[in-house]
Amino acid sequence: MIPNDVILRSVTKAAIVIIFTFSIYLFFGGHHNPGGGFIGGLSVASGLVLLYLSFDIETVSKNIPVDFKKVAAFGVLLALLTGMSSLFVGKPFLNQTFGYFELPIFGKTELATAVLFDVGVALAVIGTAVTIILSISEDG
Amino acid sequence: MFNGFLHICLFFLSLSILAALYRVVKGPSTPDRVMALDNIGVNLIAIVACLSILLRTHAFFDIILLIGILSFVGTIAFARFIERGTAIERKRIH
Repeated sequence: MIPNDVILRSVTKAAIVIIFTFSIYLFFGGHHNPGGGFIGGLSVASGLVLLYLSFDIETVSKNIPVDFKKVAAFGVLLALLTGMSSLFVGKPFLNQTFGYFELPIFGKTELATAVLFDVGVALAVIGTAVTIILSISEDG
Repeated sequence: MFNGFLHICLFFLSLSILAALYRVVKGPSTPDRVMALDNIGVNLIAIVACLSILLRTHAFFDIILLIGILSFVGTIAFARFIERGTAIERKRIH
């Protein structure tokens, strides 16, 4: 009997938008509110796990052609490079700075270089979590 | 007055979690236990909401949505495992 999970797939298609939007909100809210790179990356990973659960590995990896081991490596590299970039201006390692800029839509916005470090943390968390789950489910 | 209501709500939500916990321990079949765990997740959301009103903070509102997402994904994974034997399939069957 061919299993029919049309309800699960329809719910997933609606819920995945909410989950990814919520994780982006958690990521960018991390400077002044609860959240940040780690929990943002983990909620992206949980959304990807929901995709893997309701569809299958081949379909998802065909539509998201990303090698998650490379994502984890790139995240660690990005965090290290943003830490080292403060060395070139004569500041200590991992020194952070911020400034206020006039953006077209948002108006006066505070932009901090800590966001770049957080992007590295989030990419490392996403890559590690999805790699663990995919390699566990490999021979299931 | 209102805090008293919130404490009563927390008491009954804890009782409901205890009842679901009894079903987790005692439940004769695996789907009973999975449904009880899902129920515990929903009750945890309500407890976090009551606590964030009691503590007069909105720092826990993200946690509510996060518990909802994680409980949903966990229940789906358990249901797939019970029905198919594997949680994540390698390739589509048909």
